[in-house]
Amino acid sequence: MASLDDLKKRISSVKSTQKITKAMKMVAAAKLRRAQENAEKGRPYSEKMNNIILNLSSGISDKENAPKLLAGTGEKKTHLCVVMTSDRGLCGGFNTNIIKKAKQYFQKILKENKILKIITVGSKGYDQLKRQYKENIIERISFKDSKNINYFDADKVGKIIIEKFEKGEFDVCAIFYNQFKNVITQIPQEQQIIPLKSNEEEEKETSSNNSYEFEPEEDEILSNLLPKNISTQIFKAMLENSASEQGSRMSAMDNATRNAGEMVDKLTIQYNRSRQAAITKELIEIISGAESL
Amino acid sequence: MSEEFKVEIVNPEKSFLSKENVTEVVVPAFEGEMGILKDHISIISFLKPGIIKVCSKSDETKYFVEDGIVEFKDNNLSILTSSIYNISDLDSNKVDQILNEAKEESKQANIDDQKKYLIDQKIEVLKNLSVN
Repeated sequence: MASLDDLKKRISSVKSTQKITKAMKMVAAAKLRRAQENAEKGRPYSEKMNNIILNLSSGISDKENAPKLLAGTGEKKTHLCVVMTSDRGLCGGFNTNIIKKAKQYFQKILKENKILKIITVGSKGYDQLKRQYKENIIERISFKDSKNINYFDADKVGKIIIEKFEKGEFDVCAIFYNQFKNVITQIPQEQQIIPLKSNEEEEKETSSNNSYEFEPEEDEILSNLLPKNISTQIFKAMLENSASEQGSRMSAMDNATRNAGEMVDKLTIQYNRSRQAAITKELIEIISGAESL
Repeated sequence: MSEEFKVEIVNPEKSFLSKENVTEVVVPAFEGEMGILKDHISIISFLKPGIIKVCSKSDETKYFVEDGIVEFKDNNLSILTSSIYNISDLDSNKVDQILNEAKEESKQANIDDQKKYLIDQKIEVLKNLSVN
């Protein structure tokens, strides 16, 4: 059994760990509020954008000549996966959940003998994927330096994707991110952005009465809008991701703080018990020593 | 019947403006300025750099936009833009800054005609702004 001194040291070390996790929790809580606000503010833009594109694509007259970004290349050979994770650790299952979701998708693709290419956004995703999928990772992007998420970063990612698409490097593109539902629930999402998957139910609703006037021409609008939409979707994913990251970190740190508290309690009881045992032992020794005189 | 409709301007970061009681909105559409009144036909169009004018019965606000998409449907006007400024918030320093950036950009050798046209538009609009 550990000596009194050892116990004392352990208690103080657990206590200082608890202080750190508590501080991290509070920082995450403060950041979460901002990130959550941003994510909620950002939603209307991407939703509107999606709506417009849906309206447009349902109204498009000849599907044959639709832009490739919308209709796809006609093949499904090469898949590009954009895995979006955080740059920092200590946020519970946040990164692992995305990676798990992505890996399922990877395996499905590889089983079908298709070519897999991966872009990682955020350094943690790269760290977790590099062991298994090193050859598949064609690019890794990290925004460690930019403090706040901004549209330009998302645009950069979007441009890389479009450039690769135009070079014919892939046929299908999907992004992986965590959707922020609330502080304790984040849902890992898989979203296909090229070719654009339209929600069929919505399409039925909108196609009934839409007679839009276009200026300039329909296809010109589409070819302009689609790249923008990709950046927008990525931006949305980044916003959702950052809110999820903070939420996940907050609950992870909350748990850690609580666990540390429990541990301190347990150790303190153990410490007191063994101290008492030592005192009792000494007393018995003294008494029995006195009796034997 | 009232002549008012709803306008919503959103940029990627937030919902920039949402107004219920607008009587007329003038947007710098790609092929010329376009005034939108109530019960306009459904339309989707692009914006070029220019001034958006939002008029209601009592007042009138102007915004400077660099690009964007407008959609009008069922008396809902949505404007999606990545950069928008309220003109009353723009001081001459800020205008000069954007103007210089635009000038820099127009000097680049490898821009296509459409881009050049857009930048020239932007410079034009900004110049007019800084005069006022």
